[in-house]
Amino acid sequence: MWERIGAMVFKEVRQMARDPGMFVMMFMFPILQLAIFGFAINNDPRHLPIAIESSDNSAYSRAIVSALRATSYFDIEQVTGNYGEAEKMLSEGEVQFILTVPADFSRDLVRGDRPQLLLTVDATDPASTGPAVAAVTEAVNQALARDLIGTLAARQVQMPPVDLVLHRSFNPEGITSHNTVPGLLAIILSMTMVALTAMSVTRETEQGTMENLLATPLRPVEVMIGKIVPYFAMGLVQVLVVLLAAAIVFRVPFVGSFGLLLAVTLLFTLVSLALGFTLSTLVDSQVMSMQLSMLYLMPSILLSGFAFPFRGMPVWAQWLSELLPPTHYIRLVRGIMLKGWDSRLALPEAGILLIMLIAFGTIAVRRYRDTVA
Amino acid sequence: MRQEPAIAVRGLTKRFGARTVVDHIDLTVEPGRICGFLGPNGSGKTTTLRMICGLLIPDEGEGEVLGLDLKAKRRAIKQQIGYMTQKFGLFSDLSIAENLEFIARVYGLDNRKTRVALALERLGLASRAEQLAGKLSGGWKQRLALAAAVLHEPKILLLDEPTAGVDPQARREFWDQIHALAREGMTVLVSTHYMDEAERCHEIAYIAYGVMLARGTTDEVIAASGLHALEGEGHGADRLATEIEGQPGVAMAAAFGTSLHVCGTDPEALRRAVEPWADRVRWSQVSPTLEDVFINLMRTATDNSVLEQA
Repeated sequence: MWERIGAMVFKEVRQMARDPGMFVMMFMFPILQLAIFGFAINNDPRHLPIAIESSDNSAYSRAIVSALRATSYFDIEQVTGNYGEAEKMLSEGEVQFILTVPADFSRDLVRGDRPQLLLTVDATDPASTGPAVAAVTEAVNQALARDLIGTLAARQVQMPPVDLVLHRSFNPEGITSHNTVPGLLAIILSMTMVALTAMSVTRETEQGTMENLLATPLRPVEVMIGKIVPYFAMGLVQVLVVLLAAAIVFRVPFVGSFGLLLAVTLLFTLVSLALGFTLSTLVDSQVMSMQLSMLYLMPSILLSGFAFPFRGMPVWAQWLSELLPPTHYIRLVRGIMLKGWDSRLALPEAGILLIMLIAFGTIAVRRYRDTVA
Repeated sequence: MRQEPAIAVRGLTKRFGARTVVDHIDLTVEPGRICGFLGPNGSGKTTTLRMICGLLIPDEGEGEVLGLDLKAKRRAIKQQIGYMTQKFGLFSDLSIAENLEFIARVYGLDNRKTRVALALERLGLASRAEQLAGKLSGGWKQRLALAAAVLHEPKILLLDEPTAGVDPQARREFWDQIHALAREGMTVLVSTHYMDEAERCHEIAYIAYGVMLARGTTDEVIAASGLHALEGEGHGADRLATEIEGQPGVAMAAAFGTSLHVCGTDPEALRRAVEPWADRVRWSQVSPTLEDVFINLMRTATDNSVLEQA
């Protein structure tokens, strides 16, 4: 038995080594994904263009403008007294915000009439403007606090009855890459493990080599193990690439246990391999197995909580995503890396992955027979 | 002392959905014999071969391969059977030597290196051992596939249209090898479409639409067909095929070069049918060929199946 499995592994590794696409998948693919999700994608965009429309050229309005700039959320593109010019810039997309300071702003402020400031937002892309809008109130209040002194001190904001203290746990600066880079482990492993296993099995069927393999004393489970082992090793290489990049390039904190992370990663890799094998038993061409893998990957990226907030989805979508292995693995990785989960905290999610492994493994073994057709 | 047959199957049946691909086939092949397996495309040849080597489980029927039960001992049978698939089944991105080494390991053979080296030597591929199998031409691929199929010295060799698309010389050499293997005691079951190959077999089995229609040696099959043949030679004889084929008593007529080959089951009716052209075509009685027999069998089988459906 071991000899036959060894023969399969040996053969598979040789074929992988001769396939130039394999090197791309193993190294370039994780690096490309890291570059895109780690460097390019940012959920907390800063330096958004804003136009100030002001007919009130006072110390107060100037203080507000400089306070906005100091938040680093805004780049002041234009300060104009001309009504309509800023609207034009907004509709043309040159700026994303207009802050309108009314003509009698400073007079009303001094008189205590609570003048209004108007912030117009291009809300076509709500996600990108959210954090910036949240920063405006704070910036305005701080700017005026410095100038409303002496007799005007009465105009200052009253102390609120409660002092709300915000503490951002586990990711104090809210850095996006601390969230996405651990999640990438799940995405990269899903893409390569599921798609490559499915394709490697269907390639044998498509090229007619499977019939030959099955006519030999090789048992189906031996063919399976022989195919899984090399891809499993490849998955571990990818995990190391991502973890090294996380530590060295993105400086993602790692507060939990490395051993525990490795254990759940092995578990998830096996789930993905079993799933890839199951997919391969449903189709008989490489193209179809690729399409089927995509059908699995799309929801994995979009619904697993990797790209978009899990809790922002309607309940049915949340249930759907609970069925996807990456959802649970992403929680585990973020939990262990960022929150320092121990094995007791990791148990529920890891248990679900284990159940999935047993389920997919059983289906794969049962569906994959030693007969053709 | 009578040996037990290498292959003995009875009532072998396989259905794919509602379609019966192989319908109660009986087949017995004695050890060391080369049995040609003939029949039109889609007649169930490949399916029967796959059932014998354990790649498919028959829906009905029973049998023994090398004395082992066909259904219960599939793994033990696989160890002693060599199967060469219709499509090249080795790995095109592995070299010739690597492919053979892989097969040797899978069968758990001892002295792997020696066996592979020997096989390469015998193939005449020793100098190209490192070449990728996918880069070989059709004839060489087929030789390599045969070498891989017999590497573990099986007692039975199943060949599924092994010479399709191979040039005549390579085919001749291939058949010389098959006969050499049979002399050493290997039992060979080979499916083919070529009549000259059928004639090189010890015996033949003809199946059409899943049903065995003829069985025996070439002479036996021809005799059992009850066909009689005439050959016409003379000016324009080869142009008469369509005209003569419409005559009563003529099963078929086909031109071969400048002569015309005519067959039918009733010798008298056949003679009467060609009578009108006796003035310019000289008719002589010849032995029907295997091809005549098979085409006739196939037509009858087609007619039957059409009737059944109606």
